[in-house]
Amino acid sequence: MTFDSRLLPYLLLAPQVAVTLVFFIWPAAQAVWQSVHLQDAFGIRSEFVWFENFEHVLTDPNYLDTLKVTVVFSVAVTVLSMGTALLLAVLADSKIKGARAYKTLLIWPYALAPAVAAVLWMFIFNPDIGSFGRALRALGYDWDYRLNGGQALWMVIMAASWKQVAYNFIFFLAGLQAIPRSVMEAASIDGAGPVRRFLTITFPLLSPTTFFLLVVDMVYAFFETFGTIHALTQGGPGKATETLIFRVYHDGVVNNDLGGSSAQSVILMVIVIALTAVQFRFIERKVHYA
Amino acid sequence: MATVEIRDVRKSYGPVDAIKGIDIAIRDGEFLVLLGPSGCGKSTLLRMVAGLEGITGGEIAIGGRVVNTLEPKDRDIAMVFQNYALYPHMTVFDNMAYGLKIRGIPKAEIRARVDKAAEILELGRFLDRRPSQLSGGQRQRVAMGRAIVREPAAFLFDEPLSNLDAKLRTQMRVEIKRLQDRLRITSLYVTHDQVEAMTLADRILVMNHGVAEQIGTPLEVYQRPASLFVAGFIGSPPMNVLDGRIDDRGEAVLVPGGQRLPLPQPRPTDAGRPVKLGIRPEHMAVAAEGFSIEIELVEALGADTVVYGRLPDGETLLVRMAGIPTVRERDRMTVAPQADALHLFDAVSGRRME
Repeated sequence: MTFDSRLLPYLLLAPQVAVTLVFFIWPAAQAVWQSVHLQDAFGIRSEFVWFENFEHVLTDPNYLDTLKVTVVFSVAVTVLSMGTALLLAVLADSKIKGARAYKTLLIWPYALAPAVAAVLWMFIFNPDIGSFGRALRALGYDWDYRLNGGQALWMVIMAASWKQVAYNFIFFLAGLQAIPRSVMEAASIDGAGPVRRFLTITFPLLSPTTFFLLVVDMVYAFFETFGTIHALTQGGPGKATETLIFRVYHDGVVNNDLGGSSAQSVILMVIVIALTAVQFRFIERKVHYA
Repeated sequence: MATVEIRDVRKSYGPVDAIKGIDIAIRDGEFLVLLGPSGCGKSTLLRMVAGLEGITGGEIAIGGRVVNTLEPKDRDIAMVFQNYALYPHMTVFDNMAYGLKIRGIPKAEIRARVDKAAEILELGRFLDRRPSQLSGGQRQRVAMGRAIVREPAAFLFDEPLSNLDAKLRTQMRVEIKRLQDRLRITSLYVTHDQVEAMTLADRILVMNHGVAEQIGTPLEVYQRPASLFVAGFIGSPPMNVLDGRIDDRGEAVLVPGGQRLPLPQPRPTDAGRPVKLGIRPEHMAVAAEGFSIEIELVEALGADTVVYGRLPDGETLLVRMAGIPTVRERDRMTVAPQADALHLFDAVSGRRME
């Protein structure tokens, strides 16, 4: 079917373009604008200050700590959620009883809002009211993520990974199911056992999926885990679980430092663009697209 | 090189019996074709030999060793799949070398074996390509090469040519035949194409509903079909089958319309018995006396002509004549079968009456 109207393609694109403009391009431009201005506390006057905001941010030792936390957090979340999802997907793809129910159950966590998921984790791990938290304390382990920074970081990593496992699982399962059964059968006739089949056939054929998820999960860990961290630890104790995105919110919304917060946003944006570019450039080369 | 013995092999999926006891011993170097319509269980039987399907009952032995509980990799077989099942992320060379690498064969020997197979299959130029860069026929060759380099005890082919177009299929069929004459490796070949079966097989096992209807050489199966099913499945156009009755003296078959066809040998014990009478279209000829048919359709195939005629009682009768058509639609003609070309089948069981 073809349409003669020259207008129609633009019309069909318009909603998507509008959403991108209003919710991405405009705020991003604002952030860039604000990152080179200094605003007074009441938001009435602002002054152009060149790169002063960036200078402040990048020379702040606290900011470098936050960066370290973010790196640990993002790498851990990506590795943990992808590894777990791949394992579960491989299991779900094999012929087991109740595979359908199992698949459905694994997809459910994705439907939860991050804050709701975080509250669930709190109910489990809270040292006073959480079932598992109390059990740990009863066993004599000094469990309190509200005081122990390492435990807090471990907990937000777990909560953030758990939610992303469902998403990764769907893609890995779809990727696995796209591998023709006969190819696996040919490999087993050629003499490959289950482990070798996975390493030499399944994993290479999954690489486009893996690469896609690697990019998505990094972006998720950087940006979308705000709700989880906010609900669980508010970046604490101290600044033990404060990631870059949480700091943007904290400095901008709580501390009213709009210029500094915007400068951080811009830095964050540059980091993610750079990471994605690096991933595309160096990892995609090794990725096989069947 | 090895024999493959299949002894009373059965397969059930819950209450459904897919294979109901197949017995056959395939000789060393023999090419056995499993022929049958879709759903007859031929692929299932092949996959049971490969170890890709469990065996519900009976025994399968390869080279004298019962393999029922062995993994596919321990059965020393190679398989060619209908959709080729090549490893898409590997080059042609790696596809063929994969099984050899796993078995720890030295690099130099792998190189030599793959090169030799590539030469036989004319794949030398493509060794560095990926399967996605090959045509269907070339992929099929790579799949064969992957089987050849392994030098297995037996080859298993699962409808290897059905994804190819008609011309390539004929070409590959000839190549498989040549390869088989050269390598003489015990082979099981599944197909629903009777031409492939007739041309490739040393013996054919005709399957229907999980049962072996007949096991025999291609000519035996054509000349002496063991049942009505085989008679209808082998031969194109299919055999004519008419209801009939052996006369009271056992000397002729009476067919509706009053025709009396004398039997080559009298069968006094079968006198009066109702039968199904089979006559191949190519064994009919124009005659002064015989079946009077009205011609409904004439198919001119060039080398020969197929005439669809209608008998007075409404039955269709096919006649195959050599050369270009000499009759036209709506003409009437009289045809008669060659005396020694009558096939008699039991009217109830459909088995051949010897």
